[in-house]
Amino acid sequence: KKLNISHSQITRLYSRFHSLDKGENGALSREDFQRIPELAINPLGDRIINAFFPEGEDQVNFRGFMRTLAHFRPVEDNEKNKDLTSGEPLNSRTNKLHFAFQLYDLDRDDKISRDELLQVLRMMVGVNISDEQLGSIADRTIQEADTNGDMCISFSEFTKVLEKVDVEQKMSIRFLH
Amino acid sequence: GYLHFTKKKKKTFLRTRGSETISKAGTDQSGVALVINRPPSNHTPDTDPDPDPGETTQAVFTLNYPRIQIPFEITLWVLLASFAKIGFHVYHKITVWVPESCLLISIGLIVGGIMHSLHEKPPAVLTSNAFFLYMLPPIVLDSGYFMPTRPFFENFGTVLWFAVVGTLWNSIGIGISLFAICQIEVFGVQDITLQENFLFASIISAVEPVAVLTVFEDISVHEQLYIVVFGECLFNDAVTVVLYNLFNHVAALEVVEAGDVFLDIGRFFVVGLGGTIFGALFGFVTAFTTRFTGKVREIEPLIIFLYSYLAYLIAELFAISSIMAIVICALTMKYYVEENVSQRSCTTIRHVIKMVGSVSETLIFFFLGVVTITTEHEWNWGYILFALLFALLWRGLGILVLTQIINPFRTIPFNFKDQFGLAYGGLRGAVSFALAFTLPDNIGRKDLFITGTIVVIIFTVFIQGITIRPLLKLMNVRKTNRNQETINDEIHKRLMEHTVAGIEDLCGQWSHYYWKDKFMKFNNRILRKILIRDNHPESSIVALYKKLELQNAMEVLDQMSGDISAAPSLISLHEERKNASKSRKKFLSSDVTNMHELLSKNMYKIRHRTVSYTNKHTLPDDITAREILMRRHTSLRRSLRAGSFHGTNAAKMSQKYFSLPMGRSLNSRFPPRRLVHADGDIESEINYSSIRHPQRVSSKAVMPLRPLNTLKEVASSVNTVDGQNEEQRGCRRSHLGSNVSRSGHLTSHLPHGSSRNCSDGDHDAWVEEPQNNSDVQHPLMRRPHWLPQKPHDK
Repeated sequence: KKLNISHSQITRLYSRFHSLDKGENGALSREDFQRIPELAINPLGDRIINAFFPEGEDQVNFRGFMRTLAHFRPVEDNEKNKDLTSGEPLNSRTNKLHFAFQLYDLDRDDKISRDELLQVLRMMVGVNISDEQLGSIADRTIQEADTNGDMCISFSEFTKVLEKVDVEQKMSIRFLH
Repeated sequence: GYLHFTKKKKKTFLRTRGSETISKAGTDQSGVALVINRPPSNHTPDTDPDPDPGETTQAVFTLNYPRIQIPFEITLWVLLASFAKIGFHVYHKITVWVPESCLLISIGLIVGGIMHSLHEKPPAVLTSNAFFLYMLPPIVLDSGYFMPTRPFFENFGTVLWFAVVGTLWNSIGIGISLFAICQIEVFGVQDITLQENFLFASIISAVEPVAVLTVFEDISVHEQLYIVVFGECLFNDAVTVVLYNLFNHVAALEVVEAGDVFLDIGRFFVVGLGGTIFGALFGFVTAFTTRFTGKVREIEPLIIFLYSYLAYLIAELFAISSIMAIVICALTMKYYVEENVSQRSCTTIRHVIKMVGSVSETLIFFFLGVVTITTEHEWNWGYILFALLFALLWRGLGILVLTQIINPFRTIPFNFKDQFGLAYGGLRGAVSFALAFTLPDNIGRKDLFITGTIVVIIFTVFIQGITIRPLLKLMNVRKTNRNQETINDEIHKRLMEHTVAGIEDLCGQWSHYYWKDKFMKFNNRILRKILIRDNHPESSIVALYKKLELQNAMEVLDQMSGDISAAPSLISLHEERKNASKSRKKFLSSDVTNMHELLSKNMYKIRHRTVSYTNKHTLPDDITAREILMRRHTSLRRSLRAGSFHGTNAAKMSQKYFSLPMGRSLNSRFPPRRLVHADGDIESEINYSSIRHPQRVSSKAVMPLRPLNTLKEVASSVNTVDGQNEEQRGCRRSHLGSNVSRSGHLTSHLPHGSSRNCSDGDHDAWVEEPQNNSDVQHPLMRRPHWLPQKPHDK
């Protein structure tokens, strides 16, 4: 209920969950996700999959599945106002940003280090960029965002640098409502 | 022109030789025989009854043109068109700015000009039969076969809506307006009846996707728009042809009654649905046939083509929509056929379809150019210009109105930019031309119609074709203000886009999910059993992935270049630590612009899967997918030695070899997964008993890894056994176990899949069945041409 997704959508997603769950044990493991070929050729496929699994766990049940997906629910207009009623809803801007942040931040130290950034960058570009060039791009990225000089991007810096970007719209999937 | 040539030659020959008849017995006058010693009489040399001593009467060198004339000329035309195509791509920039159809028409114009000045007639190949029976089917088969099915079915309603209703709207609108124009006496075209106007209107409302799609691809419009344009063009071919026949038939009638009209409308549906059903039927029969072609791989492509063509012809026989038939046939059979046939046959089929379709299209545009110059034109300023105007106007209006109506039903509505793209992208092309050219002669103003059609085609192809790209770019650019974007924006935005695309794929977004679900159940339970040869109870997703991996594997080993393996995806961070203490660099604005450019050119675009399929003139090309997959595999392999990487900067080393070995090696190499995640069996639906080995002794399991160490990085001076034990722990730490198992899981399909292909005798490196690990030889060692390279730091 907390997720505010309509019943039909939940049913549909449950069918999908079920069809992915080859082991029929009510939970998805990483392989189940990796069987989706489009994810295999998505540059960030592994990271996205990783985002479903809470720290240290290897199985995700339907509740967890939906929890993660709920981040991508479009932000309804009437919700934008009641931001902090019972804790922020999962699909708030902050939480969406946090999701994106965690795609970079593997070691969960709440900072995107240069190496983490480089890794993600390398995943997203083709072969024509040399490591040096990529390094400069990473340096520049950190420089633009870093306000406290620690050569890392913290979550607040991340939020600040993306304040002009319409995150609510970019990180939403229309049918999840 | 060649006929001309030979005639001339003959004439000169005649003049110089002075003999009256030199024709061989049995041939007509244009045969030429070159005789070494001239016979004294007028008899043909062969039948000369008096063999003079010292004179050979046998023709030593003969030239018999008429025998080969027709195939020869056809070959030459096709070759000429092909040279034109080659020529275009020599200078790459041209094809970026000018669509290929423009170039082809230009070449045709030039050739036409030459022919005209020589007073030659163009080859009379563009008869109705030749076009509809020989030239159109390949084009349509090409479109149908390479149509991406999933997005197509997702947008099926919209596609049909635009194709059917849109074309009707256009035809009727243009027809009526032109009829109104005809009533105005000034233009002097009052003799054109309403039916004939409708006929003409239906001809010029058929749109062609070719140029537009290439432009869309470059601009990366979102795939919804893409698929709508693609599907619309495909279906409106069918609709146009039906309308054309309809109006043709009606135009011949003197009096049109209401009953006739209703009959015709009913007929329209019969034709459309009939075509679909026919196509589906043939598709299934093809799939069924390919089930049995396991031993005769060579004829597999032939079967595909024959059945498709047969579907077309039989549909023509019953006068139902043959285009629909062949398209639906291709769509249906593709899914099953690509599972049944061998990899080579699959490639052959795709190549041949592309080739023949491409040639056919090229020829048609070419002839368009030639015919433009060489035919008799009837020019009527008013009629033609108004026709052009109305064509553009009604299309624009049509798109606007139709979009408004259908937007509420769509999950992702079309905005104005999309609508502009749709409307402006309505170029006319091959089908219009052919239809005009093959109008029956009893239409009084046939020449006028032909001229009008040619004008519309040339205008849209040249002017709209060339300007659509800058226009779309302009509209795009105005939305995003590039100069103020920070690098952060760009990178994070792209990250978000990829994420959303990934999540969407994960959710299996499908708007008519219920029906798809039902169909898939039906499919799995019944259809697959009947139509597919080795039917495993595996999901089609896995099969698709398997196929991708298979292709990838073959290509990877052919291509030993590039620095693709530069970074792993989820490897633990220890390896990535470099000397991070860099002082703040100063970035010049030129640097920043460079970075922007670098990023925009090189970042992977999202949703490549659709885009790469719809490039009309080339085969689908999944370079990006390949790169990504290769990276994953190298990262997988590297992660296995993650333990040995501690504290070194080995990870930064690029490995010059790629980690997807053939056959079962991955399977055998990655059992560590079992050790690490000892959480019970994986109930896989695939019964590979070899996978189900219980917790195996580590050394044995990882023995195949040992040879790797000799081949690669410096860092692996670590004790192998220890290293590998550490790796397993490293595996756990780096979350890669599951990756590993996944590929172990899936690539174990490889041998099974390959065992099917073994009958080709293709890959002698493939092994029959996955089996025990202990005696596996490192496959990379086996391949003779693979060179281990020294890894190097970058």
